[in-house]
Amino acid sequence: MTIGTGHYLVISTALLLIGTLGVLARRNVVIILMSIELILNAVNINLIAFSRHYGHVTGQIFAIFVITVAVAEAAVGLGILIALFRNKGTVLADEIDLLKW
Amino acid sequence: MDAILFLLFAAIAVVCGINLVVQTHPISSALSLIGVMGSLAVLYLLLGGEFIAAAQLIVYAGAIMVLFVFTIMLLNSGAEKKTLKTTKARWFGLPLLAGFLGVIAFIIQGALPKAEGVKFGAFTGGTAQQIGWKVFTQYLLPFEITSVLILIAILGAIVLARKEID
Repeated sequence: MTIGTGHYLVISTALLLIGTLGVLARRNVVIILMSIELILNAVNINLIAFSRHYGHVTGQIFAIFVITVAVAEAAVGLGILIALFRNKGTVLADEIDLLKW
Repeated sequence: MDAILFLLFAAIAVVCGINLVVQTHPISSALSLIGVMGSLAVLYLLLGGEFIAAAQLIVYAGAIMVLFVFTIMLLNSGAEKKTLKTTKARWFGLPLLAGFLGVIAFIIQGALPKAEGVKFGAFTGGTAQQIGWKVFTQYLLPFEITSVLILIAILGAIVLARKEID
C-alpha cells in the first residue's frame, strides 16, 4: 500500500471535521479554543502535504505563518477568557449571554 | 515502513482528536491535544518538513499547551455536565459527520488518483536552511508583519488579562 498525498488530505479533513464538531457541540470555552487549534493544525497538514506534492517549500512557509497566527489567537483568546471569568464567573459558552435579551 | 508509520500516527491523531471532543474535563482534552500535536509532528517529518516538525513540537506542544494548561488551572473549571442536546447531537450528528467525511474522502481520492507515494526522505526541501532562505528573501514582508502581529497579541493579552488597578 502506497500512501499518497490524498491520504494526508483525508486525515486533514477528519481533523477539521472533529474540530468543527468540538466548536459547535462543546460549551466549555477552553475546549472550544482547543478545537480551533485542531482546525488550524488540519490546515497545516494540507499546506505541508501540497508542499511535498509540488516539490516546493512555499507551503511550509505558510504553515509557519499559520502557527504564528495560532499562537496569537490562543494568547488573545485565553486573555479574553480570563477577563470573562473574572467578570461573569463562568467559562460555559451558553451561560455567557451578556448581549442576549 | 512509511505506510505503517503513517497509519499508526494518523490513527493516534484521529483518536486523540475524538478524545479531545468527547472528554468532559478540560485537562483531559488538553492532554489529548498534546497527543494530536506530537503525532502530527511525525506526519510532517514523513512529508519532509523537518523544520515544521520541530516548530510544531516546540511551539504547539510546548508553548501553546502550557498556556492552555495554565489557563485551565487558573479558571479551576471542572467537568462539563451533559445536556439533552448532547444526546441528540450524538444520535443524529455523528452518522452525518461520518458520512460527510466519507464523501469528501471519495472526492479527494478521485481528484488525486495517481499521486506517487510519499516516501520518507524523498523531499528534502524542508530544512531550516531552505526555509530560512525563503523567509528572509521572498517572504520578508509577511515575516515582518507577523512580528508586528505577535507584538500586538502580547499587548492585547496583557491588557485583557490584567486586573484593573483603582
